[in-house]
Amino acid sequence: MIAYIIRRLLIAIPTILVLIVASFFLMHFAPGGPFTSERPLPPQVLANIEARYGLDQPLWKQLYDYLFNIIVHFDFGPSFKFKDRDVNDIIAQGFPISFTYGSLSFLAATSVGVSLGIAAAIRHNTWIDYFAVGLGIAAQALPNFIMGPILILTFTLWLGLLPGGGWNGGQWQYLIMPVIALSTSYMGSIARITRSSMLEVMSSNFIRTARAKGLPTRILIWRHALKPTLLPVVSYLGPVFVYVLTGSVFVDMYFSTGGLGQAYVGSALSRDYAVLLGVTILYGTLTVVVNLLTDLAYAWFDPKIRY
Amino acid sequence: MTLFSVENLSVEFATPDGTIKAVNSISFDIHPGECLGIVGESGSGKSQTFMAAMGLLPPNGRASGSVRLNGSEILNLAIPDLNQIRGSDVGMIFQDPLTALTPHLRVGEQMREVLQVHEGITGRAARQRCLDWLDRVRIDEAERRLDQFPHELSGGMRQRVMIAMSMLCSPRLLIADEPTTALDVTVQADILDLMAGLQKEQGTAIALITHDMGVVARMCDRIEVMRQGGFVESGSARGIFRTPKHAYTRSLLEAMPRIDAPDAPQVFETLAQPILRVDDVKVHFQMKIRGGLFGRKVPLKAVDGVSFDIRHGETLGVVGESGCGKSTLARAVLQLIEPTGGGVSWLGQPLVGLKRAELNKYRKNLQIVFQDPLASLDPRMTIAASMAEPLMTYRPDLTRRERKGQVAEMMERVGLERQLFNRYPHELSGGQNQRVGIARAMINKPKLIICDEAVSALDVSIQAQIIRLLRELQAEFGLAMIFISHDLSVVRAISNRIMVLYLGRVVELGDGETICSQPLHPYTQSLISAVPIPDPDIERSRGRIKLPGELPSPLDPSAALRFLPSRLAVGEVGYVPKLIETKPNHYVAEHDSLEVILAG
Repeated sequence: MIAYIIRRLLIAIPTILVLIVASFFLMHFAPGGPFTSERPLPPQVLANIEARYGLDQPLWKQLYDYLFNIIVHFDFGPSFKFKDRDVNDIIAQGFPISFTYGSLSFLAATSVGVSLGIAAAIRHNTWIDYFAVGLGIAAQALPNFIMGPILILTFTLWLGLLPGGGWNGGQWQYLIMPVIALSTSYMGSIARITRSSMLEVMSSNFIRTARAKGLPTRILIWRHALKPTLLPVVSYLGPVFVYVLTGSVFVDMYFSTGGLGQAYVGSALSRDYAVLLGVTILYGTLTVVVNLLTDLAYAWFDPKIRY
Repeated sequence: MTLFSVENLSVEFATPDGTIKAVNSISFDIHPGECLGIVGESGSGKSQTFMAAMGLLPPNGRASGSVRLNGSEILNLAIPDLNQIRGSDVGMIFQDPLTALTPHLRVGEQMREVLQVHEGITGRAARQRCLDWLDRVRIDEAERRLDQFPHELSGGMRQRVMIAMSMLCSPRLLIADEPTTALDVTVQADILDLMAGLQKEQGTAIALITHDMGVVARMCDRIEVMRQGGFVESGSARGIFRTPKHAYTRSLLEAMPRIDAPDAPQVFETLAQPILRVDDVKVHFQMKIRGGLFGRKVPLKAVDGVSFDIRHGETLGVVGESGCGKSTLARAVLQLIEPTGGGVSWLGQPLVGLKRAELNKYRKNLQIVFQDPLASLDPRMTIAASMAEPLMTYRPDLTRRERKGQVAEMMERVGLERQLFNRYPHELSGGQNQRVGIARAMINKPKLIICDEAVSALDVSIQAQIIRLLRELQAEFGLAMIFISHDLSVVRAISNRIMVLYLGRVVELGDGETICSQPLHPYTQSLISAVPIPDPDIERSRGRIKLPGELPSPLDPSAALRFLPSRLAVGEVGYVPKLIETKPNHYVAEHDSLEVILAG
C-alpha cells in the first residue's frame, strides 16, 4: 500500500511537469500578450515592460526561469495585470474561499445524492422511487449558472431572506446559496448513479444468499449492499470534487464570493500568463491527488483490489 | 411425517410481453433425512420452485399454492416471519460460490452474522461454532480462513464455506441448487461426499436441484423429473434409472454421455502422416507479483512443453481441470497467442513466427469453436452474415447468390431452420447459436477444427445433439478435431485418443478406451474415479481415488512435481517428469506409485 502511494506520487512529478510545460507553450503560442491593447504602447515603453517581466528573453529561458522559481522558491512569479500582487497572493486569497464552498457543495451533493439514490432503490417502483427519480432528473437539468439567478431571485429579491452576494468571512448566510447552486446538478447525477447501482447489487447472487440466510433487510442493505453500491459512485466522485473546485466561476460571478474561479477566467481574458499558469498547476496537482485518493478508496470498498 | 410439503405450487412472472408461467401446479414431499433430486434442463422451473417456496423470487415473480414446513404454511409469509425460517430451519447453497458470497466481507463475518441473527450468539462462542463447522466441512487451516475474503479461496473451498454457513444452525432441510455445476470433477466429487456425509450424520434432508444425471445417481433416494414447469415422472432413484417410464426421462438418460459408454469411438488406425504436429509448445505469461517498490514478475507456465500430433479424420480429446492450460494450448496451436517456445507445423510447414497475412492463408483450414456461443458471435450481425464472412474472406470469387446458397446449405446441414436466416444471435437459443458457431467454422470445409469447451454451456440433450452433429460432419468432411473439455464423459463420447493435462504438462496420452478403463497415471486415475456415472448401482459401488490436498497454484514451483515427490525430496525442484511410452501409443508421465502419493 505504502509502496503504491510512493509509486503514484513519483509518477505524479513528471505528469505535473508535462502539464506545466504544455500549458506554458500553449499560452505563449496564443496570439497577443498581456501588454497588447487596442491603443499600442510606444515601442520603447513596451520593450521596457517586457524586459521588466523577462518577456524579452528566449522562450526556453523564460520556461527555465519559471520552473526554477517554482521548484526552488515555490514562487509562481508576479501578476502581469496587477502590478503590486504576485500569483502566490492571488491564490492564497481566492483558493480558501473556493475550497470552502466547493467542499461544502461536494459534501452536500454526495450525502443528499447517495441517500436519495438508496431510498429510491430500496423502494423501487413506489412513489418514493418516482419522486427521487424526478428530483434527480430535475436537479441534473439545473447547472449552477441557472441555479444562481433562480436562487437570488427567490431568496434575495422575493423573500428577502438571504444576502444576495459577498463572502463576509464565510458566514453561513453567505454560504447557503453558492453551495446549493453548485451542488444541485451533481447531486442529481449522484442520485441516479447510486440508484441504478443499488438496484443491480440488490439483484445479485450474494444478496440472494444473504436473504436465504434470513438476515433482516437492515443488515442486508447496510452491511452487504452498501459498499458494492458505492463503488461506481466513488469513481464519479473523484472528477466531481475537482469540478466543484474549478467550475465555480459562475458562482463567483453571481454571488461575488471572490473565489479563484473569477481570477482564473479574468486572467485568461487579460492574458495574465503568470496567474493562468499558477492556477492551472494548482488544479492539475489537485486532480492528481484526488485521483490517487479515489484509487485508494477503491481498495477500501473492494478487497479484491490490493495495491 | 413429512418435513417439507409442496401442494399445487405455481409460479408466474410478469414481463412486458405478458405473464410467463414458470411452474405449473406441482406437488411433492420431502421426508426427514432423505435426499430428493429435482432434475431438469434449463428453464424447466426447478430452481424457481424452491426460490418461490423460500420467498426469494425476483420482484416480478408471484407464487400461489401451498408450501408447508413441519406442517405450517410458509408460502408468501411476510419477510420478518420468513427470516425466522431461512438460514435456521432451511439452509440454501447455490451454484456459483464466488458470486454467492459477499465479496467485501470476510468469511468469518459472513458466518457469524447467521448465528447472531438466529441464535443471538456472538463473540468467542460464535467464532468457535464457525471454526467447528469449517473443520467439519474439511477446510484446512480453518482459523486463517475466517479472516480471508471469498476471492482468496478456491472454488471448492468457497462451496465448502457456503455449506458450513448454511449448516451453522443445523437446518432440517438443505436446498442445494446446482451446488457442483461450476466445479471441477474431483472437487465436485469431494463436495458431494461431504453433502452425503452431512445427510447421514446430521439427518439433514437435502433437496438437490441439478441437470446432471450422474450427480443424481450418486446422491438421491428419490427423483422428480421436471420439464416446462411440471413433473413428468417421479419415483425412487433406482426405479427411474432402471425403468424410466416417460419418454422425456428416457431421452435425458440416453443423452447423458457416459465414461463407460460401450459405443464410444475406438482406436484410430491409419498409416497416414500427421497433418498437425505440435512440438514442445510452451506458453509462459509474466505475472506481476506484489512486493518491493515496483513489484516483480514471475513466469506463469500455462503450457509447459506439450507435444502431440493429429491425423486426418482423427479426434484428440484434451481434458484437465480448470487452470491446466487446455484453452491456452488451443490458442497457441492456432497462433491466436504466440507461443513462448516450441513449434507447431501444419502439413510440414512451420506456423510459429509467421506474419499475420501469411498465417491467414492457413486459417482457412484451421478453425475453432468457442465455449460461449452467444458471446463469440458478433451481436450486430445476422447469423447468416456471420456464417458468410469466412466465405467473403477465402472465396472472394463467389457471387452473392452463391454465397447465400452455401450458407443455406450449411444451415440445413447443421440443423438450423431456414427462417432463422436473418435473425440475430440474441434471438436464438444457446444450442442454435452453437450450431451457428459450428457452421461458421465448417463453411470453408477446414481440415482441422478445435472445439474449446464447445458443448459445456449447453443442456445435456442439446449437448448430445451437437456431439452427434460434430461426429457426422467429421465423417462427411474427414476433418481432424481437437476436442477440449473439462468433462471426461463428453470427451470420451467423441475422442479416439485422449490427452490428460495437468498444470500445463501432459501426464497421460493414449486411446480413449485405455485412458478411461486402465489409466496408469495417479492423476488420471483420480480424475476418472471422480467422474459420476449415471447409474445408481454402479456409481455407489465405485471406489474413489482421492489425492490429498487441493490443486496447487501453477505459480508454485514444486506443483509440477506433485506426482514425483521422490525427486522433490532429493531437492531436484526443477526436474521435468519425462513422458514414457509404456505400451505402443500410450504415454505416461514419470510418477511415483499411487501409494506414495496417497500417503501425501
